[in-house]
Amino acid sequence: MSRSGLSLFLFAVLGVGVVTFFHVLTADRIEKNEREYMMRSLNELIPASAYDNDFFTDTIEVIDEELLGGDQGVAVYRARRHGQPVGLIISPQAPNGYNGVIRLLVGIYADGTLAGVRVVAHRETPGLGDGIDQRRSDWVEQFPGLSLAITPAADWQVKKDGGRFDQLTGATISPRVVVQAVHKAMSYFDRHSERLFAATTGESYRFGMQDPP
Amino acid sequence: MNTVTRKIIDTGLWNNNPALVQLLGLCPLLAVSNSLINGLGLGIATVVVLCASNLVVSLSRNFLRDEIRIPVFVLLIASLVTVIELVMNAWFHSLFRVLGIFVPLIVTNCAIIGRAEAFASRNRPLPSLLDGLAMGSGFAATLVVLGAARELIGRGSLLDGADLLFGDIASNWTIQFFAPEHGFLLALLPPGAFIGLGMLVALKNALDHRRARLAALAPSDDAVSERV
Repeated sequence: MSRSGLSLFLFAVLGVGVVTFFHVLTADRIEKNEREYMMRSLNELIPASAYDNDFFTDTIEVIDEELLGGDQGVAVYRARRHGQPVGLIISPQAPNGYNGVIRLLVGIYADGTLAGVRVVAHRETPGLGDGIDQRRSDWVEQFPGLSLAITPAADWQVKKDGGRFDQLTGATISPRVVVQAVHKAMSYFDRHSERLFAATTGESYRFGMQDPP
Repeated sequence: MNTVTRKIIDTGLWNNNPALVQLLGLCPLLAVSNSLINGLGLGIATVVVLCASNLVVSLSRNFLRDEIRIPVFVLLIASLVTVIELVMNAWFHSLFRVLGIFVPLIVTNCAIIGRAEAFASRNRPLPSLLDGLAMGSGFAATLVVLGAARELIGRGSLLDGADLLFGDIASNWTIQFFAPEHGFLLALLPPGAFIGLGMLVALKNALDHRRARLAALAPSDDAVSERV
């Protein structure tokens, strides 16, 4: 009996040892890979030629459950050129997808124009709602160039609800949720853009409605 | 040795196919088989894990007492899968982006512990490795066939997303037979996975029955040697 216990113990130590060894061995590379991958997705929205700062690390965290979703706070990446704001990328979450949370990247230029939208993670129905994913269809390509200034608030809906955005064949809920989430992120930017660029890197913020802009 | 090798391969690929006969590993099988490429991805990952786990279990079989073998197998397989996941993430990152979600799913594949218990714990390392390869390939083949059928019926395409697995050269490999809107959506949803697998099992049984009947009608040298 005690021999079984001992060998079970030894195998457990061996297992933990091997996993720890590989974890230490790979940790740096994995972090670098994650960083490069994130960088690539960010650069799809705001091209690398447009900014000269360390876009990926110039981030803050903002909390606004109503406009950005997620009670943990969402990341904001800020692009600058010669110290001047170029644009930023907000990563809001839409909690009300057809099948759970939809995570987005919304790129907005400093003048309030949409640079683009990417769906990072979702579980929408394959063949129907997953058309919101840029790998499945070019549905997200209707966003770049729009802004709150030229697109009235009533237009930020899918066509079925009287707005300007196409829905997908057989799927209205997923596009509706994404359009609304993008609109909310735009409103958030509109309300807080100066503070978003001025905020200290690495800090977490909760900008309230009542604060003067 | 040669007939033993042959028998291991036949057993894994057809006679005792983990998905079609043993019906093991249905959780990842049904969840991931909604396209050919997804099926192939999980298939490859399963082959690797199954080979490695069979090898490790076989190597450690002499140090194990019967009453603790199951927890030790679980421990070995979980460590192994974690290590494979870390290594993929570090050195094959683009592949990890595609297969990464499948790798933890493999732990839930009872075919792995099933083979550890039924074969690797009683055989030498080399046959165990071969068994892992054969069983894994049998599982992968089922996944690919089921994934292809569901993708074709549900979306009218084949090899959609091949570039995620094979890189940019594969970006135009996708074959579109008809517009995705005209697909039969049920095939892509979970019920489609059950119905599709059921049909594959039925097809395999029908083929086996047909072969047995033909062998009984006209006993050839082949059939005789098979009975012996």
